[in-house]
Amino acid sequence: MSVIESINSALPNAITDHHNFRGDLTIVVGANLYPDVVKLIFNEGFQLMVDLTAVDWPQRVPRFDLVIHFQNLVSQERLRVKVPIAEGQTVPSLTSIHKGADWFEREVFDMFGISFDGHPNFKRLMMWGDFDGYPLRKDFPLNGGDSWCNSDIGMPYANSAKSLAE
Amino acid sequence: MLLNTSIESDPAHSGQMIVNLGPSHPATHGTLRIILSLEGENVINAEPEIGYLHRGVEKLGESLSYAQFVPLTDRLNYCSSIMNNVGYALAVEKLLNIQDPPRSRVIRVLVSELARIADHLVCIGINAVDIGAFSSYLYLFHERETIYDLLEMAAGQRLHTSFTRIGGLFRDIPEKEFIPLCNKLLETCPRSIDEMERLLTRNPIWSDRTKDVGAFTVEQAISWGYTGPCLRACGLPHDLRKAQPYLDYETYDFDIPVGTSGDVYDRYLVRTEEMRQSLLIVKECLKRLKEIGQGPVLIENYKVALPPKEKVYSRAESLMHHFKLIMHGIEMPIGEVYSATEAANGELGFYIVSDGNKSPYRIHVRPPCYPIFSSLDEKIKGRLIADVLAELGAMNVIAGELDR
Repeated sequence: MSVIESINSALPNAITDHHNFRGDLTIVVGANLYPDVVKLIFNEGFQLMVDLTAVDWPQRVPRFDLVIHFQNLVSQERLRVKVPIAEGQTVPSLTSIHKGADWFEREVFDMFGISFDGHPNFKRLMMWGDFDGYPLRKDFPLNGGDSWCNSDIGMPYANSAKSLAE
Repeated sequence: MLLNTSIESDPAHSGQMIVNLGPSHPATHGTLRIILSLEGENVINAEPEIGYLHRGVEKLGESLSYAQFVPLTDRLNYCSSIMNNVGYALAVEKLLNIQDPPRSRVIRVLVSELARIADHLVCIGINAVDIGAFSSYLYLFHERETIYDLLEMAAGQRLHTSFTRIGGLFRDIPEKEFIPLCNKLLETCPRSIDEMERLLTRNPIWSDRTKDVGAFTVEQAISWGYTGPCLRACGLPHDLRKAQPYLDYETYDFDIPVGTSGDVYDRYLVRTEEMRQSLLIVKECLKRLKEIGQGPVLIENYKVALPPKEKVYSRAESLMHHFKLIMHGIEMPIGEVYSATEAANGELGFYIVSDGNKSPYRIHVRPPCYPIFSSLDEKIKGRLIADVLAELGAMNVIAGELDR
C-alpha cells in the first residue's frame, strides 16, 4: 500500500494535493493536521527527516510553503511534505518527533519569520538576535537594505577616496 | 588551550564557568562558537552558535543563473569542493531531465572519490592533531597534496574547482599527466593509510581519548538526522551510493564499512576503511576511462551547454546558441526537485524550485554536517572539556557548508 493510501485511510482529507515530478513524490498537507501526518508516516517507516525549509510566494495566499523531506531507510523511498502557511501563522514544532528539526526550524524562523510552537530553544540561528527582517523573503533586498552596499547611493567614502587620489 | 578563549564566570549559575570555545580558536576548524558551561572540567551544557560564516548563498542563488551558481558550491565544503560541484550539477540535470555523457560520468566518480579521500584525510589528520597526535597528520597530508595536484590538473584549481557544468564537465582530464600520477597515488596512498593506522589504531592514548566519546545509538542518530560516516559508525549501513545509486555507482564494486557504537574511534575506523574502498573505485575508474576512450565530456545539447568556442566563432547557429545561453539562460521546466548525493560527510542535498526563469526561484542546500553539529550538546553533556575537541574533529564540521 502506498504511503498516500495509508494516510488517506487513517486521516481522510489530510492530503489536499499530491504530485510526482521527476520521481519526487510530494504531498500537500494542511498546517493543523501536519504533526499527525508526520507521526503517521514515521510509523510507516519515513523515520529520517532529511531536510526542512520554506519557500516564499509573496503573491499567493497563504504566503509560505513549509517543505519537509523525509526518507524511508528501509525501502529507500523519499517523500516531500508541503505545508502552506499564512504570514503570522504559528506552526507546531516537529522537535518532539525528530530531534534534528531543532536547527532546521530555527533557520526557517530566522530566514522567513515563520514561528514554531513547542520548540525547546526558539531563537534566531544564523543572524544575530536583533537583526531586522527575514533575509530569504522575496521582499528582502539582495544588498540587505544596507546603504553601504547600495550602488544608487554610492560608497560613503567614495568621495573622500577620490579627493585623496587627487 | 584556555589562552585563546575568553573566560567569564556566570553569576546566574554559581559554581559554573562559561567558556567561549571559538569563534576564533585553532581547534574549531573555521568560525564555530561553542558556549560551554563548565563545572570544573565537566561540561554541563554546550550550546553551539553558528552563522559566523553565513554568506547568504541561498539568497545569492536566487539572483544568479543556474551556471553561475557552480562557483558558490565550491565554497560549501571546501575540503572536497568537487563533490559539491557534482551534487549541484546532478540536481540541475534532474530538473532538466538530461544525462551527461558516459566519459563525464566516469570522471565525475573519479574526482569525487579522490575528493572523498582528501576530505577523510583532513578529518582524521586534524582530529588526531587536536588530540595531540601530530605525526600521522604529516603522513596523511603528503597524500592529500598529491590529490590536490590531481584536482589541479583536472580543474585548474586546487581548492575552488568549479569543475562541473550543467550537462557534463568544464573540460576533460589531461590523461598524459593525470593517469601516471593517479597510479602513483594508488600505490603510495594505501601505504600512508597503513602507516597512519600503525600510529593510531592500536595506540593506547588514541583509544583512551576516542573510545566511548560521543557514542550514539542508531535510533538517536536517525532522530538527529545523521547521514554519512557518522551514521554508519553507529551501525547502520546506509550509503546513498548503494541505496539510491547515481552516476552508475551500482556498477562499481565496493563495500560499506560500519561501526558499532558511533564513538569517535568507530568513526575513525569507518573513515579509514572508506578511503581504502574509494581507492578501489578510483582504480576501477581508471580502467573504465581506458575502455571508453576519448569522447565528449559535455552534453551536445546547445540549449543546455555552451557550444565549443571554435563553432561559436565560425557558425551563426552556434553563436546564437551561445548568445541565448549567456543572456537568457537555460530554458528551465517549471517544477521542484530534491537531489541528494553521498558527499564525504553525508547526504548533500540540493532543493531547487524553478519557475521557468533564468535563475532558480529558490535554491536550498542541505549540508550534511548541519544536523550532525546540532546534536553536540546531547553528545558531550557530562563529559570532559577535552572530549569536546575530540568529538568536534570527528563530526567533521565544515563552517562553509554549515553556515552557507
